[in-house]
Amino acid sequence: MSMQPLSAEPTGWRALVRMAFANRSFLVGFIITALIAAMALVSFVWTPYDVTHLVVADRMKGLSAEHPFGTDHFGRDILSMIMVGSRNSIAVALVAVGIGMGIGVPLGCWAAARGGWIDEALMRFNDVVFAFPALLSAVMITAIFGPGAINAIIAIGIFNVPVFARVARAGALSLWPREYVLAARASGKGKALITIEHILPNIASILLVQGTIQFALGILAEAGLSYLGLGAQPPMPSWGRMLFDAQTRMMVAPHLAIFPGLAIVITVLGLNLLGDGLRDMLDPKLRRQR
Amino acid sequence: MSLLEIENLRLDIGDTSILKDIDLTIEQGEVMGLVGESGSGKSMTALTVMQLLPEAARAQGRVTFDGIDILSAPEAAMNKLRGDDIGMVFQEPMTALNPVKTIGEQVAEGIRWHTGANRADAEQTARQILDRVGLPEAKFPLARYPHELSGGQRQRVVIAIACALKPKLLIADEPTTALDVVLQQQILELLRDLVDERKMGLLLISHDLAVVADMADRITIMRHGEVMEDGETARTLSEQVHPYTRQLAQASMHVPARKRHATAAATADAPPLLSVENVIRDYPGRRTSLLRKPAPFRAVDGVSFSLRAGQSVALVGRSGCGKSTLARMVLALDRPTGGAIRLDGAEVSALGEDALKPHRRKMQVVFQDPYGSFNPRHKVERLVGEPLHLLERKPSAAERREMVADALHEVGLQPRDMDKYPHEFSGGQRQRISIARAIITRPRLVVADEPVSALDVSIRAQVLDLFADLNDRLGVAYLFITHDLTVARAITDEVMVMHEGRIVEEGRTGEVLDNPQSDAAKALVAAAPDLHRALRRRLAEQG
Amino acid sequence: MTAFLAKRIGIGLLTLMVASAVVFGVLEILPGDPAQLMLGMNATPEALANLREQMGLNQPVLLRYFNWVGGMLVGDFGRSFTYSSPVIDLIAERVVVSLPLAVISLILSTAIAIPVGIFSAARRGKAADTVSMGAAQIGVAIPNFWFALLLIYVFAVWLRLVSSGGFPGWNAGIWPGIKALLLPAVALALPQAAILARVTRSAMLEVLGEDYIRTARAKGMPRRTVLWRHALRNAMIPVLTILGLQFAFLLAGTIIIENVFYLPGLGRLVFQAITQRDLIVVEGVVMLLVASVVVVNIIVDILYAVVDPRLRIAA
Repeated sequence: MSMQPLSAEPTGWRALVRMAFANRSFLVGFIITALIAAMALVSFVWTPYDVTHLVVADRMKGLSAEHPFGTDHFGRDILSMIMVGSRNSIAVALVAVGIGMGIGVPLGCWAAARGGWIDEALMRFNDVVFAFPALLSAVMITAIFGPGAINAIIAIGIFNVPVFARVARAGALSLWPREYVLAARASGKGKALITIEHILPNIASILLVQGTIQFALGILAEAGLSYLGLGAQPPMPSWGRMLFDAQTRMMVAPHLAIFPGLAIVITVLGLNLLGDGLRDMLDPKLRRQR
Repeated sequence: MSLLEIENLRLDIGDTSILKDIDLTIEQGEVMGLVGESGSGKSMTALTVMQLLPEAARAQGRVTFDGIDILSAPEAAMNKLRGDDIGMVFQEPMTALNPVKTIGEQVAEGIRWHTGANRADAEQTARQILDRVGLPEAKFPLARYPHELSGGQRQRVVIAIACALKPKLLIADEPTTALDVVLQQQILELLRDLVDERKMGLLLISHDLAVVADMADRITIMRHGEVMEDGETARTLSEQVHPYTRQLAQASMHVPARKRHATAAATADAPPLLSVENVIRDYPGRRTSLLRKPAPFRAVDGVSFSLRAGQSVALVGRSGCGKSTLARMVLALDRPTGGAIRLDGAEVSALGEDALKPHRRKMQVVFQDPYGSFNPRHKVERLVGEPLHLLERKPSAAERREMVADALHEVGLQPRDMDKYPHEFSGGQRQRISIARAIITRPRLVVADEPVSALDVSIRAQVLDLFADLNDRLGVAYLFITHDLTVARAITDEVMVMHEGRIVEEGRTGEVLDNPQSDAAKALVAAAPDLHRALRRRLAEQG
Repeated sequence: MTAFLAKRIGIGLLTLMVASAVVFGVLEILPGDPAQLMLGMNATPEALANLREQMGLNQPVLLRYFNWVGGMLVGDFGRSFTYSSPVIDLIAERVVVSLPLAVISLILSTAIAIPVGIFSAARRGKAADTVSMGAAQIGVAIPNFWFALLLIYVFAVWLRLVSSGGFPGWNAGIWPGIKALLLPAVALALPQAAILARVTRSAMLEVLGEDYIRTARAKGMPRRTVLWRHALRNAMIPVLTILGLQFAFLLAGTIIIENVFYLPGLGRLVFQAITQRDLIVVEGVVMLLVASVVVVNIIVDILYAVVDPRLRIAA
C-alpha cells in the first residue's frame, strides 16, 4: 500500500499509445494542434485565394460559398488569411519557446548543480525579469528596435528564459538529493555528466509540459503585439492585425472579428489541452489524483 | 458482545480484490495486534472500520462497533463515532498535522466539534491531554506549530487528538515505523498506559512481530488480504502452528551463517583499510538575528575509528545522531569541516574530484530506499554498470555486459534481468540490483545506509544472507549504518554507537549489545524490540 | 519575522536597482543618438542641440543615471517633450484611470475564480466541475483584447448599454467613471479568472490528498467542514503566487485594453510614448510599473508568512 514508485516509469510505445487514447484531453488537444499545424503547412502550397491579391469589388463580403469566412476591407479572403496567418503565429511562438528552453534550461540546471552564489544570482536575475510585465517589455523592445516578426520573437523569447530556468532549476533541485544521483557521484561522475544522464531525462516531461504552456502563451502574446501593430508587418497577414483591422469596421462587418479570434482561441485551447493531457500522462502523482 | 466485530469482510477497490473473508474481534480493553507484510491489507482493514476508504472501494460483510453496523451506517453517524468513540493514529507523524494550525487548535478542534464545548473549555481539555501524552505546557504551549516539534513529539500530538475524548477503540496504524527505536519504545509505552488507564480497545497494526509480541494480548496474522492465523499472542508465536507464522517468526529472528567471524581479528596488525581521524562536520546554523552570525550546528563532532579489510562494522544510533552524515563523508560525497579520512592510506578527504576517481573504485554504496536508488529511465545494465565509469580503461560493450552479468549473478539475479527497467522488480530484487551496482568494481569497502530497513522481514532475511555471503566470498568490508540492533547483531563483527555526533562506545558486536556501558547504548539496547525477550516475558507472566 | 521581511524588502530594492540600470541601459545602447531618435531624421541641428541639452545628454553616462534615479526618488521623472509637461503630472493624470481599472479587475477575477475553484474541487468529477473547468479551459485560451471586442459588439453596438470606449473623467461623477471602466475590467478579468480558478482547484485537490486531511476526517468532521477549515488555508499558498504574477499581467494587459477602449491610462500613455519615441516618459512609466510589481510581490511574500507559519522564520 505505502510503497508506490512516484517517478514516471518508461513504458513501451504501445502502452504510450494506449494511454494517449485513454486520455481525452491529450487526444483532443493533439488533434486540434495537428490540424492547425497541417493548416499552416498546407498554406505554403495552397490557399483558396491569394492573400496578396486585392479585389476591391469584393470588399467586406459576408459569408458565402466562395468565401466561407467572408472577405476583408481589401476584398481578401479571410479563410486564406487565417491559414497564412497561422504560420506567423506558430513560427513566432515556437521559436520563442526554443529560445526560452535553449537558454533557460541550461541556466536552471547549472544553478541547481552549482548552488551557492551562482544559484542566488540567477534567482535574483529571474526576479528582475519577472518584475517587468512581459507584454510591456515586449512592446518596449519591438518599439525601440522596430516592429516585425523577428523582434516579436526575441521579445517573447526573452521572457520565456526565466520561466524555463525556474522550472528546470526546481526540477533539478528535487533530483539532486535522490539516492541515484548520490550513487552516480559515488561512481565518480561529474556534475555535467550527472545533469545529462540523470537530471535532464527526468525533468524532460515537466519541461515538455511547460513548453506547450509557453507555446500557447506565445501565440496569445504574438496576437497582442500584432494587434498593437508591433508584430508581423503587412502585407504578411497575422491574426492580431486582422483583429485590429476588424475593430473599426465592427458595426458593419462583425464577422471580420469573429474568425481570426476563433482561430486564436482554438489554437491556444488545443495546445493547453495537449499540455494538460501530457501532464496527466507523465506525472503519475497527478494521474492517481484523478 | 465484543467491542469490535468484523465478520466475513470483503473489500474490493475497482476490480482488485483487497480483502477476502476477514474475521477479527476486539474486546473492551484488549490489545489486538494485526501483523502482516506490505500489501497484506492491514491498513485497509483499519480504514474500513473508520470508513475512510478510497472512493472506489466497496466493502461487504459485517463490521459491528459497539452494536452499530458500520458498513451500513450513514456518514453522519460515522462522523459521530470518529474522533469520539474511535480514534486513529497514523504512520507518518511528519505529515499528519496541518502545518498552518497550532497544536492547540488541532487538539481542541475535535473536542469542540463533538462536545460543543466553548473554546476555553476545549483548550483546557486539550491542555490536559497534551500533558498526559508527555508534552507539558512549559515546553509545549498550545500555540506551538507542528514544524516546531520533532517527529516523536508530533506523534504524541496525533495520539492526543485520537485520545482526547476517551475513545472506546484506538486504531494505531504502524504508529512507530517512522521513528527510531528509542522513540518507538516511548510511544508504545504511552499507548499501553493509555489503554490500561482508559480501558480502551487497541488495534495495533505493525509489520514488526517483536513490537506486536510485546504489546498485544491477541494477534491476527494477515497475508495477501486474508487472515492466516489468529489467537493469543504468546501461544500463537511460540507454537507457530501455521507455516506462514513460522516463516515470519523465523525471518524476524534470522541470523545469517557467517564464516569469517574470527578471521578479521587475525589480520589486526595489517594497516587499516579505512581510518577516520578526528572528523568534524559543521552545518550553518539557523539565523535568529540579522546582525549576529548564527552558531554552526555540529553534526559530527571529532569522530575517529578505523576499519580493517574484510571487517564488518555497524554504526548504530538514533535518528539525527550524525551517522548518515559520517557515512556521506566516508564516501567522499560530503567534505569534513575538520579531520581526515584515509582509504588505503590515501587521504581522500583532501582530494579533488578528479584525484578521487581511482579511490572511489575501492568504495561503493548501498542505500535504504530500493525505489529511490535508481534512475527510473535507465535499464538495469546501465544502472549496475554505472560505477564502471571509474575504471581507467573504458570497457567495450561486450565486456561491460559480461561484467554486469557477473555482478547480477553474484547477487542471485539472472543475466537477462539486465534488459529490464527497475520498476519491473520487487523491493527485495531492487536491493539486490543496488548491491550488484555496489560490487561491480570489486570495491574493498561497501557503505550500506539502512540497507534493509525498508524491506519486509522475509525479504530482509534474504538480503542479509546475501550481504553475509558476499563478505565471505569477496572479502568486502562493510560499514553498516543502522538503527536496528537486530541487523547489527546479525551481520557485523564490531559495533560503534553514535550519539549526538560522537562515538560513545565501540567493541565487539555481541559484547556491546549484551552488556552496553554508555547511556546511549543502554537506551538503544533496552528499546530495541526483541521477539525472544517479548515471548519469554509473556510466557513467564502466564506461568 | 523581521528578518524575513528585511530579506524580502532587500531583494525588492535590489530588483529595482537592477531594473533601473536595465531600463536606462537599454535606452542608452539604442543605436544612434537618443535626441535624433526622438526628433526624427528631419530635425534641425538647433532643435537637436536643445533637446540634448534638456536631456542632459552632454553629461557622462553615470552622472546622468544617478541624476535620473535621484530625481525619481524625489518624484521628478523629467519632462516629456511631446506633451511639454513634467512626466510626473502625466502619470498623476493617468494613474487615476489605470489603478481603478487594475483594482476592479483584480477584485472581479478573484471574486469569481476562487469560489469557482473551491466549488469545483469539492465536486470533483461531478457535472458542475466538468462544466466550470471546461469553461475555464476556454477562458484561458481567449485573448483579452478579442474578448473586449466581443464585449463592445454585444454591449455597446448591439444592446447600446454602454459606450464603446473613452473615459468621461472622474469630474463627471463616480458612476459614469465606473461605468466606463466596467467593460474593460471584465475583459481583463475573465481570462485571468479562468487561470486562477484552475490553479485554485488543483491546489485544493492537492491539499485534499494530504495526510493531515485524513487526520482531520478521523476527528469526525464531515468532508465539507474539513475542506473549509483545513484545506483552504493551505491551498491559498500557490493561489497567492499566481495572484502576484497576475498583477503584473494585469498591468501589461492595460496597455492593450486601454488601447481597445481608448482609455487615457498609463498603458496607453506608455504605448503612445513608445511610438512617439518620448523616451523620458517611457523610462518613468516603466520604472513606476516595475516598482508596483515589486511592491505587490513583497505584499504577496508577507501574505505567505501570514498564511504559513513555517515561513515566519527567516528563510
